[in-house]
Amino acid sequence: MMSGGISGLAGLAVGILASALLAGGKLAANEIGDADRGRDVFRACAPCHQVGADATNRVGPQLNGIFGRKAASVDTYVYSKSLARAGSDGLIWDLVRLDAYLENPKALVSGTRMNFRGLKDKQDRDDVLAYLRLFSDDPANIPEAQPTARPAEVDLPPEILALVGDPDYGEYLGSECQTCHQGDGSDAGIPAITGWPDEDFVVAMHAYKQKVRPHPVMQMMAGRLSDEEIAALAAYFGGLE
Amino acid sequence: MTFHRRTFLGATAASLAAPMVMGQGSPRVVVIGGGAGGATAARYVAKDSKGAIDVTLIEPSRSYYTCFFSNLYIGGFRELSSLAHSYGTLAADYGVNVVHDWAIGIDRDAKTVSLAGGGQVPYDRLILSPGIDFVDGSVPGWSLAAQNAMPHAYKGGSQTELLKAQVEAMPQGGVFAMIAPPNPYRCPPGPYERVSMVAHKLKAENPTAKILIVDPKEKYSKQALFEEGWQAHYGGMIERIGPDFGGASVEVRPDAMEVVIDGEVEKVDVCNVIPAMKAGRICDLAGVSEGNWAPVVPATMQARADDNIHVLGDATSQGDMPKSGFSANSQAKVAAMAVRGALTGSKVFPARFSNTCWSLIDSDDGVKVGATYEATEEKISKVDGFISQRGEDADLRKATYEESLGWYAGITADMFG
Ligand SMILES: Cc1cc2nc3c(=O)[nH]c(=O)nc-3n(C[C@H](O)[C@H](O)[C@H](O)COP(=O)(O)OP(=O)(O)OC[C@H]3O[C@@H](n4cnc5c(N)ncnc54)[C@H](O)[C@@H]3O)c2cc1C
Ligand code: HEC
Ligand code: HEC
Repeated sequence: MMSGGISGLAGLAVGILASALLAGGKLAANEIGDADRGRDVFRACAPCHQVGADATNRVGPQLNGIFGRKAASVDTYVYSKSLARAGSDGLIWDLVRLDAYLENPKALVSGTRMNFRGLKDKQDRDDVLAYLRLFSDDPANIPEAQPTARPAEVDLPPEILALVGDPDYGEYLGSECQTCHQGDGSDAGIPAITGWPDEDFVVAMHAYKQKVRPHPVMQMMAGRLSDEEIAALAAYFGGLE
Repeated sequence: MTFHRRTFLGATAASLAAPMVMGQGSPRVVVIGGGAGGATAARYVAKDSKGAIDVTLIEPSRSYYTCFFSNLYIGGFRELSSLAHSYGTLAADYGVNVVHDWAIGIDRDAKTVSLAGGGQVPYDRLILSPGIDFVDGSVPGWSLAAQNAMPHAYKGGSQTELLKAQVEAMPQGGVFAMIAPPNPYRCPPGPYERVSMVAHKLKAENPTAKILIVDPKEKYSKQALFEEGWQAHYGGMIERIGPDFGGASVEVRPDAMEVVIDGEVEKVDVCNVIPAMKAGRICDLAGVSEGNWAPVVPATMQARADDNIHVLGDATSQGDMPKSGFSANSQAKVAAMAVRGALTGSKVFPARFSNTCWSLIDSDDGVKVGATYEATEEKISKVDGFISQRGEDADLRKATYEESLGWYAGITADMFG
């Protein structure tokens, strides 16, 4: 179940917790990253994205002003249903969400059409975001603009991702979800949650719980689940096809 | 058919006159009412006990027409046939004995249910989810005998169809009146969603028509959202008379199609009377009601009056939960777990409940309200909640409507398999 490949996702979970813990304003003052190096990292994005004065939509939308931009809001670009839904739900591209999306696009927006496996290296993400920051409003001029400082790292107890859920409990807890999410995995307007890898499921639920993912219903549902309960649900739904 | 076999088996078991003992046949659960609460409970007990419990569902109708989304049918967003659900899968795939009949009496000492068609069905645990009936005389001048002239359309199926036909037959510039119910009643936003859907239809077909709501309540569910939406979409069409202006002292005259509000006579073309409600009559017959509703133990949904009977959905006094299909479905899962625990010793976890109610105000303009709940000693009590905000953008309202379609597909699959 909770085998390999956790470290990257743990990073995302750390980011989530960090943002929640530091929301009180104790942001460390270091810059996001090295924008010059970020220009090189952006080569990985360039086949699909443009930035700068003449930027147009290519495979993906242009990324000018991405900080503080509502997800899926470039009028001239046709987005996936999932990213459009996240946008309607209120997903705004701030540092934490951009970092999460670039690390693992599908953990933040399950059905996104961005076919990019993600930047696992934290330094790469920091640097490319510092570069993209150059094409967004300058926070020195606009007080409400997105902060350029990255919160200091916080250690997330690895137990959270290593928890193995009780499938019986998961089945009972999961019955509550099935008023909306169909057990057979069909999607008639509410996404399917069956057969996901455990880690993705756990990260998605924590993202709702920490209000990193928007959506009031899911924030409320996840809000009262303990870490063990989320693990139990991941085990149960992961086993449904 | 199956039912006769069951009666027979049951009679034999009952004559043993011993408390249920494992090994002497499976324990028997009887569910009365195949709606949001009852169908869910029957399915979960049958599914999760994997054949260890014998489940019988007693429901007179062969097709269940959901009340939820019936307003969307009135507005022209759904076909009536899309609201009908059969019990075929519950019988075929889950092994539930579906008996199409009315329960007319319950003998709590003998633990049997009697049927209108004759015969007794024995139970070890009984689950009641009969929905609502109307309080006699709550709207002077109206009785069930007048339901064709002035429909309630508050139970699914033919009443909804009749009300829609009457709206379509209104003369140009005519008046649609609604007598709104006092608290508590099923689906708190339901009457106001209905007004929205009637307005949507009239705006297209009969734009000079008027809608008059006569309401005994000071305020109602999602009021700010409805009022904002009515202003934006149907400006000037809808008028509401609250209790300050006589909304609580109303009389109807079905023969003359008149509504008398605080002594003033209004001539109307359609009159939708939604009377005060109480638990389905079988709760009275079982002796589990206190006043209009059946009190329950929140952790298990057992009737306060009898440990062998669980009551679900609209019929219960449910503490902080609103009477909704979602709530009934949520309570059914708690009851199913408690029933299995009692009869087969399966694991029992702490009860948790939730509810979300969507309402459609106009095309692609959906709103929602929801909450989570837990069982405390004295009631089902609210933990957390949310409600749509005024002035939300069109994208979000459309997404909200679309997720309500997902919910309808989800809950009906959860009820009927
Ligand atoms: C216009 C309208 C809109 C609504 N919209 C929503 C919505 O959007 N979302 C939502 O969650 N809820 C909604 N509801 C509320 C929802 O329909 C009810 O709360 C829900 O159906 C309650 O479930 P229940 O099991 O208590 O009763 P019901 O679903 O009414 O089921 C009761 C069943 O018991 C049967 N029965 C009764 N007496 C007997 C007897 N003696 N013997 C055998 N069978 C019997 C009946 O035939 C019926 O099938 C709406 C209701 C209305 C009227
Ligand atoms: C193979 C093509 C491809 C690559 C490579 C790629 N993207 Fe994307 N990207 C997309 C597509 C397609 C979308 C639209 C996704 C959707 O609609 O779900 C997108 C969306 C985005 C968005 C959301 C934009 C919005 O308007 O909401 C951001 C931010 C983003 N990409 C950043 C990046 C960055 C930074 C990189 C490089 C590290 C990158 N992408 C690499 C194709 C790509
Ligand atoms: C009232 C309906 C409702 C209930 C109940 C509900 N969900 Fe959701 N869920 C939704 C909706 C709507 C979305 C899409 C949200 C969004 O746009 O982010 C969603 C999204 C999700 C997602 C992300 C799906 C994706 O494709 O990204 C997961 C995972 C999830 N829910 C799990 C659960 C679990 C586990 C439960 C039970 C504890 C649950 N949900 C209960 C309505 C519900």
